[in-house]
Amino acid sequence: MPDQLIFGMEVFLNGLMAGVLYALVALGFVLIYKASGIFNYAQGVMALFAAMTLVGVMEGQVPFSHLINAVLGTDVHHFGWHLPALIGILTTMAVMVGLAWLVQKIIFKHLVGQEPIILFMATIGLAYFMEGLGDMMWGADIKKLDVGLPQGINIWIDETTYGIFGYGFFIDNLDIVATIIAAILVAILVAFSQYTKQGRAMRAVADDHQAALSVGVSLNFIWVMVWSVAGFVALVAGIMWGTKSGVQFSLSLIALKALPVLMLGGFTSIPGAIVGGLIIGVGEKLFEFAVGPLIGGATENWFAYVLALIFLVFRPQGLFGDKIIERV
Amino acid sequence: MTLAEDMGYTTADGRKIGGVVMEMKNITLRFGGVVAIKDISFDIREGEIRAIIGPNGAGKSSMLNVISGFYVPQDGEVLFHGKKRPQMKPFEVAQQGIARTFQNIALFEGMSVLDNVMTGRLTHMNSSIWSQALWKGKAEREEVENREICERIIDFLEIQSIRKTPVARLPYGLKKRVELARALASEPKLLLLDEPMAGMNVEEKEDMSRFILDVNDEFGTTIALIEHDMGVVMDLSDRVVVMDYGKKIGDGTPDEVRNNQAVIDAYLGVSHD
Ligand SMILES: Nc1ncnc2c1ncn2[C@@H]1O[C@H](COP(=O)(O)OP(=O)(O)OP(=O)(O)O)[C@@H](O)[C@H]1O
Ligand SMILES: [Mg+2]
Repeated sequence: MPDQLIFGMEVFLNGLMAGVLYALVALGFVLIYKASGIFNYAQGVMALFAAMTLVGVMEGQVPFSHLINAVLGTDVHHFGWHLPALIGILTTMAVMVGLAWLVQKIIFKHLVGQEPIILFMATIGLAYFMEGLGDMMWGADIKKLDVGLPQGINIWIDETTYGIFGYGFFIDNLDIVATIIAAILVAILVAFSQYTKQGRAMRAVADDHQAALSVGVSLNFIWVMVWSVAGFVALVAGIMWGTKSGVQFSLSLIALKALPVLMLGGFTSIPGAIVGGLIIGVGEKLFEFAVGPLIGGATENWFAYVLALIFLVFRPQGLFGDKIIERV
Repeated sequence: MTLAEDMGYTTADGRKIGGVVMEMKNITLRFGGVVAIKDISFDIREGEIRAIIGPNGAGKSSMLNVISGFYVPQDGEVLFHGKKRPQMKPFEVAQQGIARTFQNIALFEGMSVLDNVMTGRLTHMNSSIWSQALWKGKAEREEVENREICERIIDFLEIQSIRKTPVARLPYGLKKRVELARALASEPKLLLLDEPMAGMNVEEKEDMSRFILDVNDEFGTTIALIEHDMGVVMDLSDRVVVMDYGKKIGDGTPDEVRNNQAVIDAYLGVSHD
């Protein structure tokens, strides 16, 4: 087998795994957008906030310690405990549900029926508010996140591929675990929306508010639920990225990676987010591998957007998006 | 009103009409300067078909919206089964067993007919999210039961051939029928129909009339409906409320209402001032 093809296969696999994570982040957007028509600009910051909270809880950090010390003249920083990852994750999840409830209660309940652009603006405000809140609660420094996920080269794949091709693939254990977890999560989300009562109610709300009310569905409940699920998705994405590159501001930028996925997959389609994520993940890695060296590299910064743009021109509703037919 | 009357009565065609299930007391509803409903009272008895009629803009839909919780009246009380009902959200009203259809049709356009009808069962689905996830058996049994009920209603309304069709593709008349099926799926105690026959041709109207009568007859469902076609109203309903410019101008059996001078004036367009 020619070397290029073997390297290409390694790139393909890495792309696929990156793609699953993109899909996961994109799913957070799709869920909220479908159910409420809100394009949630804050999705990336939610991931950052979730990761910060997780680190803070596990490390026993006192939230708002800066503020507390400034006001009370105390000098508290730590509770002096370290909590296991599971407790940290459950606590963080509770915080994200509480946040979902507050966001609905304080902001979006009062914006029902407003123009999409107003809802979008509100999520921009929310994004910066949460960024500030996160810094205030846990401090703005870069944090290390370790929930016990394996990291480093996967020896088995390395050796096996070496045996077959005479070249060992470099595949990170963290990527493998992340892919498996993301795939499971995606499967659970799909099953949830297809087969449970709450999922059915969620689809009803996504389709028609008035009709949903008339069959006894509480819009508020569904919206809090959807924001909570998006919070959970953000937490999972935050753990993956945070483990890889530390918990810091740049983590919130993963939301930007979801945009081309949404352009490709459509804003209202769960399968679209999954397939779109995979195409973008594989596409940008292969493009960088095959074409990057010819044009000076760093194509990963823009390739996804250009691909999505080209796609938009031909299929504005996305891969699986609902077809737009103007009634005349 | 004598006690005997209060317990209900038997119609000419032998159906038993029970006591009052829903009572509207001095309802007033305003939109800014527009008074959509002006101090109206009327009741709905168990098992009857109660029509609300009146010219365009009379406030009929507004009244249905007050009953189903979509509009909040500024004044007045709603009594359900004799008890004053606190102000409720539309979804809470639906959970109480009051189902409705809309004048402009509100279906889930992206779902199939069967899925639409299944949403009508949401108020009957009780297993918690955890038991749905962990105890597959119970949730599955519930799903099968709900499915059966929906299939029966689909058969009843003769829409088997379009069960799997996305609602968005259906013609207007069939959409109205699907909306009725969804409302029926919740096995409502009270069914509110806002112009179920609007925009239909004669044949479709006859079908719909038959379905409404059959629902009332076979399931004993109490029905309140708004309709413009006087012929249909006279055929279907046990009692009729007549509204005009937000006021109640008549209330009684079809015959009584037909011979009421105020009603005749309203329908002949006699000047209002
Ligand atoms: N949501 C609303 N906001 C403002 N005004 C409203 C609203 N709903 C109804 N109205 C007004 O209340 C009055 C009664 O309207 P309603 O829809 O109840 O009449 P209707 O008897 O159902 O008429 P139609 O036969 O045309 O359906 C009208 O003047 C209407 O413009
Ligand atoms: Mg009306």
